[in-house]
Amino acid sequence: MSFLKGLKSKGSGREYPKKALYVCEYDFSPLEADYDYAAIRKVISRERIEQGPRSLWRYRDLLPIDGEPTVGLHSGFTPLVRAERLARELGVDELYIKDDSVCHPTWSFKDRVVSVALTRAKELGFDTVACASTGNLANSVSAHAAKAGLQRYIFIPSNLEKGKVIGSLIYAPHLIAVNGNYDDVNRLCSEIANKYRWGFVNVNLRPYYSEGSKTIGFEIVEQLGWKAPKHIVVPAASGSLITKIWKALKEFEMFGLIKGEMQTKIYCAQAEGCSPIATAILNQSEHVLPVKPKTIAKSLAIGNPADGYYAKDVIRDSGGWAGIVSDDEIRDGIKLLAQTEGIFTETAGGVTLGVAKKLIESGRIPRNESIVLAITGNGLKTHEAIQDVVGEPTLIEANMASFEEKTGLSKSSARV
Amino acid sequence: MAIKVRIPTPLQKLTGDKGEVEVTASNIKELVQSLEKNYPGIKDRLCDETGKIRRFVNIYLNEEDIRFLKQEETQLKSGDEISIVPAIAGGC
Repeated sequence: MSFLKGLKSKGSGREYPKKALYVCEYDFSPLEADYDYAAIRKVISRERIEQGPRSLWRYRDLLPIDGEPTVGLHSGFTPLVRAERLARELGVDELYIKDDSVCHPTWSFKDRVVSVALTRAKELGFDTVACASTGNLANSVSAHAAKAGLQRYIFIPSNLEKGKVIGSLIYAPHLIAVNGNYDDVNRLCSEIANKYRWGFVNVNLRPYYSEGSKTIGFEIVEQLGWKAPKHIVVPAASGSLITKIWKALKEFEMFGLIKGEMQTKIYCAQAEGCSPIATAILNQSEHVLPVKPKTIAKSLAIGNPADGYYAKDVIRDSGGWAGIVSDDEIRDGIKLLAQTEGIFTETAGGVTLGVAKKLIESGRIPRNESIVLAITGNGLKTHEAIQDVVGEPTLIEANMASFEEKTGLSKSSARV
Repeated sequence: MAIKVRIPTPLQKLTGDKGEVEVTASNIKELVQSLEKNYPGIKDRLCDETGKIRRFVNIYLNEEDIRFLKQEETQLKSGDEISIVPAIAGGC
């Protein structure tokens, strides 16, 4: 049963058919999926969702497809981890990690958006899909398209981390590495999308793609027992994830699915070397000014964020704020999360934790309210970023004497 | 001041299919008025009801984004080149 009416321009409100369209001809603003909310209201309920599959598709009523899901049947529905040791370390009472570092099958939240985009791509009759990516999206499209039997062209900046490059190549896509930064890749992909009849998940399929991110918000609420947390810290590249988590909370609120009030504040986390959105928020300025990225957080290195203004608006509407961290603070964040909670996240996760720490220390986020950190990708993909700060193994010979000598254990009393 | 203005494909319907036009203006605000005078309807595509340049329209003065300059108050001189470029969607 389809609740997808069509597409609608975010700026002008003009309506468009639910095809592979993404920009309003009138004011060039992005198009967004438009649902028949009245029809959804008649069927949606907590019980209906709880009876759904243990994947992002349990929220199918609020996702932009016409038929049944065909891609990403095991994606999403990741753990919401109560982080007690990290909470103690940060001096807060109630902290959770939304752990998309283990999202199936490519270890990042991109599996959510790709599952939706490729399901829709197949519905629209595409046999070739593509994307412009800072890494995680590349991996995800490569993998899901391989399983779905679709041709795949993947565009990345040529300086991407090795883990992410191999993590795409293994699925045998056409992997195109562009000499330039992400914004250069994106600009080129717009031209290619106009010329070739391909489903670019984050260009001409963007209105469908972006809706997949709502499922992080839906899951957080459901996993907290149908309650909304007071604070969610979210990393920002294009800014899309921030806008969609907010949309998810508003949709659940609209349908009366949330127990208690929805007073969630959303916080934007970015890296020093690429913080156009956070800077605009912190300076309370009207414009989001583009920058040239230079940061170890390559997954967030979008200098000209397509949803920058909308993300800024969401932060303002929710009463949230923003934070910016240095490369060192990012590395510290990755280590802190691993060493307190056993979760190894990539640089974007380090940004999120680093900013959360700052916001808590500055008093922006109160210590006695529920906090969720959106951890969006896996650490093995960006190991270059931390390889110099995790130390080395202790090298010994294969005998007890060497072991005891090198570890200093012979001097301690820990012996039988 | 004679200013060259590059018109993006989606707006060329309004400029008689011309990709490049010339107008007289001493700042961006005047440039938009001037364009509107010669090509009626174009101002509404470029500006919102308050007269500000729309979010998803980028205007470059000699390759520099006017948001880094003085937005609508940015001064122009003879020989300057203006490019109107719709924002590009996409992003991770």
